[in-house]
Amino acid sequence: MRGLTPFQTLGPFFDFGLVIPDGEVVAQAGAAGRHVTIEGVVRDSAGSPLPDALIELWQADASGRYRTPAGPQNTSTDREFDGFGRVATDAGGQFLFKTVMPARVPGPDATLQAPHIAVGVLARGILTRLVTRIYFEDEPANREDTILSLVPAERRGTLLARRVDSDRYRFDIVLQGAGETVFFDV
Amino acid sequence: MYRKPPAGTHPPNDSPGYKSTALRHPKQPLVIIPQTLTELTGPAYPYGRIETSDSDLTRQHDGEPLGERIIVQGRVLDDEGRPIPKTLVEIWQANAAGRYAHRVDQHEAPLDPNFSGAGRTLTDADGRYRFTTIRPGAYPWRNHDNAWRPAHIHFSLFGTSFLSRLITQMYFPGDPLMPFDPIFNSIPDEEARERLIAGFDLTVTKPEWALGFTFDIVLRGPNGTPMET
Repeated sequence: MRGLTPFQTLGPFFDFGLVIPDGEVVAQAGAAGRHVTIEGVVRDSAGSPLPDALIELWQADASGRYRTPAGPQNTSTDREFDGFGRVATDAGGQFLFKTVMPARVPGPDATLQAPHIAVGVLARGILTRLVTRIYFEDEPANREDTILSLVPAERRGTLLARRVDSDRYRFDIVLQGAGETVFFDV
Repeated sequence: MYRKPPAGTHPPNDSPGYKSTALRHPKQPLVIIPQTLTELTGPAYPYGRIETSDSDLTRQHDGEPLGERIIVQGRVLDDEGRPIPKTLVEIWQANAAGRYAHRVDQHEAPLDPNFSGAGRTLTDADGRYRFTTIRPGAYPWRNHDNAWRPAHIHFSLFGTSFLSRLITQMYFPGDPLMPFDPIFNSIPDEEARERLIAGFDLTVTKPEWALGFTFDIVLRGPNGTPMET
């Protein structure tokens, strides 16, 4: 057993190192599935937007496969699908991703998980990455999702992206205080 | 499945000595969830082509940057000691004067037109990476009175899955500022903290050219029997 290398904060000055071209594109225009945008704002406990956060997404494609090199499951064969996104928030704390709705993927005990996207939140003032998930408010499968069922009912809503119109969802991230987003230990 | 990080390895987000954490750390307990396919997969090579100049930060402009040229190299391993090949390593840092090439950095120190301060590379088959760069300078920040960050290089790594993702900072041996730095000292376990200090390495040092430092990085990795899906 080797000791893990500890986390440290991203700090405020990371754009020139970590912002990538088309980082907001999780699935390209030709990817199979229903194309959606997911936008939101990251806020602190005072309600102030974070102009210096980095949001990363990881998700399955429209057939429920991850684009992963050597995973425990077949990799995505959709060449227009990346599954990974990375965006720095703007001056108003906003982020936006372009993707496709992920299909359901296997969950614990032979269940299927509801469609979801894994999220990593990094920023000045965040020493160890915060991990959460985006679920979609209009997905009936949410009712039978094992992970959601582990979240206290009154806080589950913080994990649900709100449908703004046919192809847009809104998912705000609150780091602390009223409406604090659920973060995971995994 | 991946082992949980031992207590004290990663800094708590509620670290009052580092003022920016005050309004930005969750106060509700983290919800413990099982590891699923979502967390056990991840992007090893998330984007773009990597050029040779991407790993030599002294060769990204017409002229040479000012400062002390250094080589920083090491291996990326998982917690069972297995090398992680072909994984992306990204770095970013201040220049020799302690100034970032970033629009918001207001430190009264000169920018260097020949130094951007960002690099990336892929590990080789043995998990090795290597950068040539400039030793970054210390710089002041406003966390507390007369606060200075020790010289450091930021690192970003992916490893084998979403769970192995790591953002960290590498420090230099003997830096007198480390005992005063709330970010470095936010790591509760002293041994874990010291893993962030690179070792000066005479075998890596290139005669008449550059000092060498070795910084091995250990990420969470799979252990036990593979997950059934």
